[in-house]
Amino acid sequence: MDLERFLILSAVIFCIGLYGTMARRNLITILMSLELMFTAVTLAAVAMSRYVVSKQVLADTSNTSEAALQTLLTGQVFALFIIVVAAAEIALGLGIVIAFYRSRETVDMSQANMMSR
Amino acid sequence: MLFQDFIFWALAVGGVAAALGVVLLRDIFRAALLLIVVFLTIAGHFFLLAAEFVGVVQVLIYAGAISILIIFAIMLTQNVQQGNLPNRLQIPAVLLPALLLSALIFVFVDTDWRLTEALPNAVGVNIVNLAFEDTTFKLSKLLLENYALAFGAAGALLLASIIGALSLVRER
Repeated sequence: MDLERFLILSAVIFCIGLYGTMARRNLITILMSLELMFTAVTLAAVAMSRYVVSKQVLADTSNTSEAALQTLLTGQVFALFIIVVAAAEIALGLGIVIAFYRSRETVDMSQANMMSR
Repeated sequence: MLFQDFIFWALAVGGVAAALGVVLLRDIFRAALLLIVVFLTIAGHFFLLAAEFVGVVQVLIYAGAISILIIFAIMLTQNVQQGNLPNRLQIPAVLLPALLLSALIFVFVDTDWRLTEALPNAVGVNIVNLAFEDTTFKLSKLLLENYALAFGAAGALLLASIIGALSLVRER
């Protein structure tokens, strides 16, 4: 159950984030829920990299060369790239929130129904 | 192992409770502070999973930079008292994540994972010990050799997002 409990935890946090994005009207809460979903996916990637054997290692378990062992770290590399993308996304998202607040004086999602003012 | 189990459950319960607080609290400033708690518990899980570099990056980028950005946005929009109102989609918004969660848990438990622990005992322990010692050095080699193109693209993405955010919030 070592891998499964991490995956289930990440699924629980992902679904809480999904609920937040669907059920809330505040734009900033929606962005925070998106961040919850991003971190949940990162957690799943890192857990996979720790517990699941890659094909290269499984093919020949006596082969402990650097290239074979590096394949086990792919999940961590994925996690790092997800963190970079999340940082870019939150910077742009908050920029849009602030631009929206400037034009409408609110951060209520249900007011976002026109392309221009 | 028992100690690790204890840490896992403490972090998991704290993380899920804080995540629920993020989406359910009326006060979005408190929700943002609870978001930092979620990020820190996830960083703790990364340390448990022998990913210390990713854990440190998580603390620096998520708990440090991203939450500060969110708190700044909350203060700039001055809408704290109006709070975190629900919309009219409450029932589908509960049903869809619940369905997704049960499907995901079924798949996770039902799948026959190729686990390192399932390898012959000495071999599995050996592989894990070799692969997850000094991960910072190995990750740096991976990022700058195997994933060099994606690494450069990530830099370009960050630059583009900085320019985009600046032009979005600029006063006209």
